[in-house]
Amino acid sequence: MSTVAGASAPGAAGAPQPAGDAEHRSIRRSKLSVWLLLGLLTLASARVLSGADDIASPGTLRAALTLAIPIALAGLGGLWSERAGVVNIGLEGMMILGTLGAGYYTFHFGVWAGLLGAMAFGAIGGLLHATATVVFGVDHIVSGVAINIIAAGAAAFLAEVFFSGLPGGGPTQSPALPNAPRFDVPGLSTAAADLAARDWFLLSDAASAVAAVTTGMSVFTLLALAAFVGTYWVLWHTPFGLRLRSCGESPTSAETLGVNVYRYKMIAVTASGALAGFAGCYLAVVASSGYANGQTNGRGYIGLAAMIFGNWRPGGLLTGSLLFGYTDAARLRSGGESVHALLLVVAAGLLVFALWQLRRARVAHAVAFAVAGGVVLFWFLSTETIPSDFTQMTPFVATLLVLALFSQRLRMPAADGQRYRRGEAG
Amino acid sequence: MSRARRLGLTLVAPLIAVVAAALVTSLVLLGVGESVGEFWAVVLSVPSSRLMVTIVNNASVLYLSGLAAAIGFRMNLFNIGVEGQYRIATFAGAYFAGLALLPGPLNTVVAIAVAMVVGAGWAGIAAVLRVTRGVSEVISTIMLNAIAGGLVAFLLRELGEQQGQIRRTTTIPESSWVPGIPLIPGEGSLVYGLVLLALLAGIGYAVVLNRTRFGFDLRATGESETAAVASGVNVKRMTLAALLLSGAVAGLIGMPDLFGDSHAYGSTIQVGLGFTGIAVALVGRNHPAGIALGALIFAFLSVQSNALGITAGISPEIVAVTQGVVVLSVVIAYEVVRRYQLRIEQTEVARALARAPAVSEVHQ
Amino acid sequence: MSTTTATAAVRLSGIAKRFPGVIANHDVDVTIAPGTVHALVGENGAGKSTLMKILYGVQKPDDGTVEVGGERVSFASPADAIARGIGMVFQHFQLADNLTVLENVVLGAEKRHGIKQQARAEIERLSSAYGFGLDPDELVESLGVGQRQRVEILKVLYRGARVIILDEPTAVLVPQEVDALFANLRELKREGHTLVFISHKLDEVLAVADEITVLRQGTTVATVEPSSVTAHDLAELMVGAELPSPSTAESTVTDEVVLDVAGLRVDDAAGRSLLHGVSLRIHAGEVLGIAGVEGNGQTELVEAVIGMRSAAAGSVSLGGDDVTGWNTRRRRAAGIGYIPEDRHRHGLLLGAPLWENRVLGHQTRPPSARGVWINRAGAVDDAQRIVDTYDVRTPGVDTNAGALSGGNQQKFIVGREMSGDPVLLVAAHPTRGVDVGAQAAIWDQIRAARRQGLAVLLVSADLDELIGLSDTIRVVLRGRLTDEFDPQTVTPQELGSAMTGAGAQQQAQS
Repeated sequence: MSTVAGASAPGAAGAPQPAGDAEHRSIRRSKLSVWLLLGLLTLASARVLSGADDIASPGTLRAALTLAIPIALAGLGGLWSERAGVVNIGLEGMMILGTLGAGYYTFHFGVWAGLLGAMAFGAIGGLLHATATVVFGVDHIVSGVAINIIAAGAAAFLAEVFFSGLPGGGPTQSPALPNAPRFDVPGLSTAAADLAARDWFLLSDAASAVAAVTTGMSVFTLLALAAFVGTYWVLWHTPFGLRLRSCGESPTSAETLGVNVYRYKMIAVTASGALAGFAGCYLAVVASSGYANGQTNGRGYIGLAAMIFGNWRPGGLLTGSLLFGYTDAARLRSGGESVHALLLVVAAGLLVFALWQLRRARVAHAVAFAVAGGVVLFWFLSTETIPSDFTQMTPFVATLLVLALFSQRLRMPAADGQRYRRGEAG
Repeated sequence: MSRARRLGLTLVAPLIAVVAAALVTSLVLLGVGESVGEFWAVVLSVPSSRLMVTIVNNASVLYLSGLAAAIGFRMNLFNIGVEGQYRIATFAGAYFAGLALLPGPLNTVVAIAVAMVVGAGWAGIAAVLRVTRGVSEVISTIMLNAIAGGLVAFLLRELGEQQGQIRRTTTIPESSWVPGIPLIPGEGSLVYGLVLLALLAGIGYAVVLNRTRFGFDLRATGESETAAVASGVNVKRMTLAALLLSGAVAGLIGMPDLFGDSHAYGSTIQVGLGFTGIAVALVGRNHPAGIALGALIFAFLSVQSNALGITAGISPEIVAVTQGVVVLSVVIAYEVVRRYQLRIEQTEVARALARAPAVSEVHQ
Repeated sequence: MSTTTATAAVRLSGIAKRFPGVIANHDVDVTIAPGTVHALVGENGAGKSTLMKILYGVQKPDDGTVEVGGERVSFASPADAIARGIGMVFQHFQLADNLTVLENVVLGAEKRHGIKQQARAEIERLSSAYGFGLDPDELVESLGVGQRQRVEILKVLYRGARVIILDEPTAVLVPQEVDALFANLRELKREGHTLVFISHKLDEVLAVADEITVLRQGTTVATVEPSSVTAHDLAELMVGAELPSPSTAESTVTDEVVLDVAGLRVDDAAGRSLLHGVSLRIHAGEVLGIAGVEGNGQTELVEAVIGMRSAAAGSVSLGGDDVTGWNTRRRRAAGIGYIPEDRHRHGLLLGAPLWENRVLGHQTRPPSARGVWINRAGAVDDAQRIVDTYDVRTPGVDTNAGALSGGNQQKFIVGREMSGDPVLLVAAHPTRGVDVGAQAAIWDQIRAARRQGLAVLLVSADLDELIGLSDTIRVVLRGRLTDEFDPQTVTPQELGSAMTGAGAQQQAQS
């Protein structure tokens, strides 16, 4: 058998030889831990410099985790859908359906039925989106917007039907719901809390993070983390996952190899809805004490943003969710003061980015970022706190900033958002 | 394909959608044990002349909102941020007009211009992020909606004044108000004078999009960005222009009510107009007349449903479901019709090729 | 047709397939003997690809029967065809760039060897057995054209296919790669595989096939032995006449420089150079041909000349004006016509009527524009002129561009780009995927315009077209212009060596 030596890949001549898959993965994993460590370090420094002690307290971090999980689960839903090539902006609506399902089923049948009900409601939204986009070929964004409108309307209407007249309930909210079981990790929880109270630089902050995770953890939190591990395993280590991802990368290739692309897309988007439903359930049952109209407040969208930030990978998505959850928690706990301290972090970030741009000889960019950093720094130094109206915007501003800084380094699935019709392959 | 046939096919889609929406709504009502008959009796009753005026007023506002969204849609830009642009722009217009720096009608005109500029500016943030940083306008405009909400609340607290229970901007001097139009003889309530703005904007939209080079470039970019680039369209500049224009029109949404009725921006401002506008644009398929029809249907449903709670004991929220189903089914129906049209056209092409044999390449 | 001895590997009888307005196949009868290379020839649009998609289960026939190994089968999807031992290598590679070679290969066949170590071992075994030299963990996006094709073949072999369909496998390869491919095919045949080889290049077909079936206008017209026919006979069967030849008459090159590119460098977004130090001149009445393996910078060169990519260094001058800083619109208005390589992506608004497509690229110029306004009447009239002059087969100028056949779409583009008296025509693969009638017409148009003093930058993967039409041929390799050839004397083999860099190495050694 012969090949001609000279005939190999001239087009790839300039491209670097990519590392093996295993190597890729380990790099990615170590990246995640570097990010986490970096985040902790920044936080610790900001805490000491600004004196806003609450920004790294176990309470804040626990709140951060609680607020991060719904975002993360919604993002995980987005990951399933977009890995199969369907952009899912309807996550917000599916999450709303989830909060409603959780409210209804938890009240009547208990916590676990509530979880299943929420996931089923979300899955219905997902199925609707899948039908519109996959079967009928409707534009993904358009379908998503329509689903959000339907879901918001249906939830508002059904909430009135479900909860009006119940004790403690009303036309816009459910009665208080029982919480999912909680547990402490024995030993670790108290030891970490002790250390966290010592106020040692970095060490206490790290202990604080451990305490946050090990104390009063909800079973639902554990389930959510399991969903992450499960997703990673299913999508990247099983034939099912390979097929699903191939639908997002090159559906026509998948089709020519006998993969039923429609079926995988339908499954993925329905699963996406179920996960968004779980997110809604978590929001209604764990993060608050019942269903309320407008409770999601854009978290489905933030989940989508976290997924983009995470470069369509579970680890990155989790990091992004923690970031957004944290900013949300900071504003909730001690509002203006904590967010004010975060200004310092933002200023530092912008200035570092400016330096980085300068090194890459992009002077205009560097100046722009330096000026922005200077403005934020001046804002930090010249004020004591931030008005509550602004603290409410924190997660949204954080999302915009993060996307503005990182969006060009991202790579979405190659066929994400594209219309695919069977029989057009080849 | 003949024009009549094309028009007929275009109208089939919304018809299917309305029927589907009616069906789904009825089923939902049945499911929760409400009276379907009563619902339709209330919704489909002939509105009183006072309600007619309200419908026209609401429809004109929705029309502006629909146009704002449609400008982006025609270029494949999803400006989900009409909501935020409209709120921040209306606040700016109201605040400026309340300052009364200028006399009478001049104050009105400049305030409207201020609102347009502010709306455009808010949309411009998303435009700049997309053009320079590659951030999807879908996500950024959604975030900007939330930020606009907080920003307006803050500004209202800093710059507004307390009037009873609510905080609002200084009331606009009466000389700058825009008088209403008596649409229905003998009816006391009037149609907003600035309903004419909607009419003007609609005509402007139709003319610019269909008759000018700018409009051609915009539509070409929406149809195929790659082909537009090859034809010499500067897509970045077009993105900027389209989003700014969309934001400017979003700035108009609050004007009819501001100068015709409320005369100040208060914390009671109607929210959700921007989102409904997206729905209206989708229903109207971004066509100037279609959007008008969509706006009328949506306004009609909303206004008629207000009586549901009192008359039939049904929550008016149900029409939000109706409206949502209209949107979803109409986009599905349009897609099905589009494909059917393409098939017909390909068949016609083949038939017309009398000289050529019936064999040719297939392009779908 | 002899089917006396062994059972046919594949028998297609009475196959018919209709699309809206088009009969892609009718009354197709093909019998393919096991262990042979069976070629399917026909011009673009003759229905070869549709027929093979039917055999591979991508499309369902409206009529007729498919037999595999003597058994009648009905394929609902490619999965069924694969289960019957049929594999297909598509003309447009069906690979996911962002997945590894391993992932691309095992996709859909995970049950054979899993998706991990066992699969990797099997891929490595096949790769070395056939001399493919593929790394299972490499991302497909970093592979060149030849390697990608080998991944496609590997996919088929991995599934244990006995019947392998290759759709225009040589279209993207240089002659040396074609030789390597043919060696692979012969090896596969020796092992008992049955190969179905689709092509419209007659010399290749005659070189490799054991039997040849000719398709014309959607149906089979003959099955012949290669020893009993000549290329000329095959052409007669394919189109009822001699195939058009792209050769030009006497030189019309003048002294007047129209396009002058000097020291051009083009970088990608990450700052890597895609083109470096490219200098070329085209005179009025001259056709400059650019030869190169896909992905060596010809697309970037075209886009830099048309203004879709900015130059990182160097200059582009048009008729004495330095246009380096000009945008695409200004350059087009100054007289550059552009026939893009992908007409669907860059040449047309498929969902818009022809008259609007007449405006495309001419938004600022009469007759399609008047000041800031679009001149509808002018555009409609001129679109009609193009339809008449360039023989575009369409019911009218209100028809959407997407409804036309590829050849007619391309004729319309050529007509449009010749409007407004261009001084330079940038033509990238102007006859790719069009039928011979349109091909001959487009060649005529280019020749005629050249006679009238048009300068043409011609990029093509079809070496015969390049040699036939060009006055000078330059070779682009890894972003540089390397060799220059006189089309009167150069052979496709020489060009192929230069395109892969083999020629340069020989020169360096000597």
